[in-house]
Amino acid sequence: MTTTAPARDADREAAPTGRAPRALRRPEVGAAVAALAVLVFFAVVAEQFLTPSGIGTWLNSASRFGIMAVAVAMLMIGGEFDLSAGAMTGATGLLVGVATTGYGLNVWVAVLVALVVAVAIGALNGFLVVRTGLPSFIVTLGTFFVLQGIDLALVKLVYGQVAVQGFSDVPYFDSVRPLFGGVIRVGGASISVSVLWFLAVTAVATLVLLRTRAGNWVFAVGGAQASARATGVPVARTKIGLFMTTAGAGWLVGMISLFQSSTVQSSTGVGDEFIYIICAVVGGCLLTGGYGSAVGAALGALIYGMTRQGVVYAGWDSNWLYAFLGVMLLAAVLVNNWVRQRAERLR
Amino acid sequence: MSALIEVTDLGKSYGSVVALQGVTTTVRAGEVTCVLGDNGAGKSTFIKILSGAHEHSEGTFAVDGVEQHMASPRDALALGIATVYQDLAVVPLMPVWRNFFLGSEPRKGPFRMLDVDLMKRTTRDELAAMGIALRDVDQPIGTLSGGERQCVAIARAVHFGARVLILDEPTAALGVKQSGVVLRYIARARERGLGVVFITHNPHHAYPVGDRFLVLRRGRSIADRVKADITRDELVELMAGGAELEALGHELERTPGVDPVV
Repeated sequence: MTTTAPARDADREAAPTGRAPRALRRPEVGAAVAALAVLVFFAVVAEQFLTPSGIGTWLNSASRFGIMAVAVAMLMIGGEFDLSAGAMTGATGLLVGVATTGYGLNVWVAVLVALVVAVAIGALNGFLVVRTGLPSFIVTLGTFFVLQGIDLALVKLVYGQVAVQGFSDVPYFDSVRPLFGGVIRVGGASISVSVLWFLAVTAVATLVLLRTRAGNWVFAVGGAQASARATGVPVARTKIGLFMTTAGAGWLVGMISLFQSSTVQSSTGVGDEFIYIICAVVGGCLLTGGYGSAVGAALGALIYGMTRQGVVYAGWDSNWLYAFLGVMLLAAVLVNNWVRQRAERLR
Repeated sequence: MSALIEVTDLGKSYGSVVALQGVTTTVRAGEVTCVLGDNGAGKSTFIKILSGAHEHSEGTFAVDGVEQHMASPRDALALGIATVYQDLAVVPLMPVWRNFFLGSEPRKGPFRMLDVDLMKRTTRDELAAMGIALRDVDQPIGTLSGGERQCVAIARAVHFGARVLILDEPTAALGVKQSGVVLRYIARARERGLGVVFITHNPHHAYPVGDRFLVLRRGRSIADRVKADITRDELVELMAGGAELEALGHELERTPGVDPVV
């Protein structure tokens, strides 16, 4: 009636660990391959793509999404989402724009005030998620709409319009601009300062994730929250810290787009929150948390930046970008699932 | 030898629900205190109190003779009380070495970076001392077998200077052979001078390694005896409500020839 179960553990002892699956354990492998493919593809179909000015353009585009994607990836590894991330970039830009052009606040002070406000909103997001136990998807969706409402209604009320004008004329504008909106000439290419920010953010995030105690905790709270708590990991502190980081990154990107374009609108950043999540997922982050990398998210953003500009250079309707994004997202999720199953079953 | 942990009339209520009541026992260094009971007997509540996850609401809880009220597992760890949970408190997707040090990562240098070399080496050595040779401490801990994971968790607790090791049903999910392996580690921990609290519902696992037996039923203590005062049969009887089990046995035997439902 009953059959003997095979001696599973004995079998497992004997199985060797292969080399190929070992490489698959790195979350960013898929994104690296895809990034290379996209680069080669557009280099072939659009001759402008690999010119110095072409590279400068798609790097700039990638950097503004990449800074956020890296922060969002850390948050996702920690098991949470932030749908207010896109609106945050607009809100911080507006705050600085309105305070300086409308109320004559010193631009340096305004920039710092915006940082404090952003981090405070991030802390509030985190606090609400940790305290209520509600999915961060819902909590930050709420924050997103609140920010969007304030961006439109409050700004219209106190400022009279929904776009900031004359920002480049405010005192000390030129002293802040190199920090966020500067351009560096390398050879024939103009590289935005934002690209340096992007590299720095990616490097710091990678270091934090892989080589610090906080990074270990991020993986743990996202991978198995109850286990993390049982081993003494401060779960609430880790998560709130992650939301504050994402909000801080939102401030940085807000300042970059404000000082690059010298203008900001109430709708700036709205809808970008999904791009960040897509970049992170394409970079190997699991939607369920506990797995992913900053480098992967950066590569995801690079793919997005290259595609966004590549489609334009190739002379196609730029709306094809969205179709491409959707396909990319689905493919990435499928590949991630497969890689994770390999990682969990790996012997 | 003096008691590491001494609990007297310990109790816990959640609102008006009494989960545990009147528990008195001791845990001594170099001894295994077994906590037995059926599902819902109050074992989990008892270990949650010991491990600092919940605070007791009645009675006294003394560590080294000093009364304690622990607010979190960190407090318990600081007192040298480590808990190996049924689910082992591991993060399956994280490598073995990261799991080993989770929550107590060693750091070095001016930037307080993780001491990765030390972490990997220590993990490998501590596991080897437990008799487990892992080829690769970089593999996700979810890829290990149940017995191996259990041993990683025990080795982790011992490494972090646990004086009291609380093992929550370590043999519950394991087969006969793997259970034997884990029981051997419990004996080894005892020989190293640790006080072990071994929670189980299996008196046959408890009796060979135990020095003291606390039996719980429906949230109350029904026995707290040293090994000299109790036989294996008495323990089985106390634990399962032997009379009930016997009656059940007779009842089941009265239907011969009928295949059990699979």
